[in-house]
Amino acid sequence: MIPKADPSQETLVLNMGPQHPATHGVLRIVLKLDGEYVLQAIPVIGYGHRMHEKMAEVRTYPGFYANVGRMDYAGALSFGHGHVLAVERLAGIEVPPRAEYIRVITTELNRIASHLLWFGACLLDLGAFTPILYSFDDREYCLDLLEHVTGARITFSYFRIGGVSRDLDDHFIEGTKEFIKRLRGRFDTYDKLVTGNIIFRKRNEDVGVISRDMALKYGATGPVIRGSGVPYDVRRAEPYSLYPEFDFEIPTRPEGDSMARYLVRMAEMEQSLRIVEQALARLPEGPVMAKVPKKLKVGPGDTVQAVEAARGQLDYYLVGDGTDKPYRLKIRPPSYSNLSLLQELAEGVLLSDLVAIGGSLDLVIPEIDR
Amino acid sequence: MSPEEIRTVLEQTGTVRIVQPDYRVRGVHVDALVSATQLRGAAAALRERDFLIDHVTAVDATPELLVVYHFSHVEGGCRAALKLLTDREHPTAPTIRDIYPGADWHERETHDFYGVVFEGHPDLSPLILPEDAGDLRPLRKGADGLKTLAELIPEFGPPPGAEGAEKPQKPRAKKEKTGEEGA
Repeated sequence: MIPKADPSQETLVLNMGPQHPATHGVLRIVLKLDGEYVLQAIPVIGYGHRMHEKMAEVRTYPGFYANVGRMDYAGALSFGHGHVLAVERLAGIEVPPRAEYIRVITTELNRIASHLLWFGACLLDLGAFTPILYSFDDREYCLDLLEHVTGARITFSYFRIGGVSRDLDDHFIEGTKEFIKRLRGRFDTYDKLVTGNIIFRKRNEDVGVISRDMALKYGATGPVIRGSGVPYDVRRAEPYSLYPEFDFEIPTRPEGDSMARYLVRMAEMEQSLRIVEQALARLPEGPVMAKVPKKLKVGPGDTVQAVEAARGQLDYYLVGDGTDKPYRLKIRPPSYSNLSLLQELAEGVLLSDLVAIGGSLDLVIPEIDR
Repeated sequence: MSPEEIRTVLEQTGTVRIVQPDYRVRGVHVDALVSATQLRGAAAALRERDFLIDHVTAVDATPELLVVYHFSHVEGGCRAALKLLTDREHPTAPTIRDIYPGADWHERETHDFYGVVFEGHPDLSPLILPEDAGDLRPLRKGADGLKTLAELIPEFGPPPGAEGAEKPQKPRAKKEKTGEEGA
């Protein structure tokens, strides 16, 4: 419903960003406004572009690993998981079972930390300051656990081609069990504080409705497509790692609006907890590193590895040429496609709704720019 | 949608060569080499059958540059790759932006990095590179780094006997490589 612009009135072109506090990183959106209505919104990306794909071509396979966590700073382990799986797939490396379990446990904890960050940030966008204090309390708990085992809080470089760098210890396992209990007790608080809040609902319901068809034609994935009623999750669609062994659901909502995406993410945290719980219960003993040549040569051949990152489908398209450096590594970050639909979605919405839509898309801009 | 079905569909729309790769190694269920005239038909066939677009990118190789398209079925279990060979000097490919609007940014990015001109695309202005980047094509290989397609992806190199196919294909022995030097 594009508002009828009066030809005698002027439209206003406004830059939102590149440093607007509500844009989650260095994103710029060029807005053409008629009063408070958005006639056109064009995202401008690339301000944080570092050419990771070129860096991949001049570094060895393990040497590039430190880069991947710098793309999505909120869910770095998913990016690491995709990278090591892609290289292992082409090189034919078998990973010890314990290492793969550890990868799943830490990646799912990282997904929860990422969703907790989104929860706080999305509500900050809407002007609600208090919830982020609650979610960061839980997120800190989770990051402390990850720091204990990985040595980093945000830009984890924990996985290795062939395994993980350190084994888990009892402190981490006991702490994680405690965290599962603690977070389950907090969901109710979040619901009472936010989900049922009438202002929150009015700001999100029927706002930014993405249809199933729109999600498909733009390649939008993750909670965005699941909020449009499609149970598409790479962990089920292209099963990888240990995910086929675990019992978990894929939360979906039929509405397709910002509220639906909110509810999907909130439900996903519980599913991640279930995966962590099952993985901890079945964690086998054994080594955490496979035997991998010091100078790992991969290929020739091309391969693709898709994983479900916190924001959706992440692809690594890798072309090896038989040397110790990739010939080509294409990274398909999930937010890239999730943001590209904004131009069509934003037509005719209120400016304040655009901020709510941006929050519900859970964008991480450095991952888009790479 | 099963890989066999989509293979049949792609054969009907016309493709140069279809490979049914080993999914465990290659990560795709159907891998098809298409010509520029067949690409749009193949993309439209995938769109009709509820495939979502994953990405569009390119690989710089000799004698020709490879443009790569990836699509996944929304119900899972089928990932199809379309590959298109184009001239290295003047790389072109038809746009699929009108079929898959999500291809818009991917095509602009591929134009930024490789200089591939997507014919029919209304706006190939720099998306990620700065406006004054000009002809900087950062992912194009220099003469020293360039390899032949047959060396990189043996399945899609020129058919045996064709010009440029004289280099022997390296054996794809992957399993033996692990562990031989010790960690």
